[in-house]
Amino acid sequence: MACIDELEKEVLLSGASFAECRAYVEGRYTEVYYVDPGYKIFDKHIIGIPPIAVGIEQDSVIFPFTKPCYGTFLLKMESQEEADRMRSLGRRKGTKKSR
Amino acid sequence: MTEVEITQKRALLLMGCPEVPVQTGIGLYLGWLLNSIGWDVKTAGNPSVLQLFRVSDPEKHYIRKIMDLDKSIADIVENGEQYDLCVVFAHNDAGISYAATMHHLLKGRLMVIVFGRNAETLASQIDFPCEKIVEKAVHNPMVLKKKINEAFGWRASTS
Repeated sequence: MACIDELEKEVLLSGASFAECRAYVEGRYTEVYYVDPGYKIFDKHIIGIPPIAVGIEQDSVIFPFTKPCYGTFLLKMESQEEADRMRSLGRRKGTKKSR
Repeated sequence: MTEVEITQKRALLLMGCPEVPVQTGIGLYLGWLLNSIGWDVKTAGNPSVLQLFRVSDPEKHYIRKIMDLDKSIADIVENGEQYDLCVVFAHNDAGISYAATMHHLLKGRLMVIVFGRNAETLASQIDFPCEKIVEKAVHNPMVLKKKINEAFGWRASTS
């Protein structure tokens, strides 16, 4: 799989804190899962303070991506495979009202 | 394998963004000191961090083994790599995220060196068990060095 940098993505938040990314995902998506640090997505291991909130919207996955110099980005990337894997391996959060 | 290799303690120095000057100096110092007492030390960082060490220490007197930051995480997650000591350098939110990740993944001693202008605010965000060394050091590493020496019980090298 190609590097995240090379894949098509929407940057929802940039230079954000980890807490801001978690709040964004929990507040805006009806389908939210939690994973532990080290969970592999798009060939990268997620870095962060557990529990790490990941959103799913149809076939898109919304997840934090941390770089040492630029803080945490909240990315939205489309992948049926990654969405299904998250549904299978993530810990589901109760349904929340979508904005 | 010799007995020395079996019992040698292993340390991982996880470096943050190198934009704060004290990080490189303290990293070199800590690498040298751990090496000098017989530890097997790996230092992980992004490409800029690794280039700074390559340029600063071309003969690898202080930083002997370096590796890409992502690879160091992959080795831990996928290959079960473990360390007796992990020292995380943190001067921004990302650094705290890396420290939390190491706390989750590693079983050994975890030390987080929090530095830079926002050191105290950042340190207050650490809500997982670890040893914290906190100092608003940016350019001058001496107070940070002293605190590190104290944390490791290295009184002889405080001067």
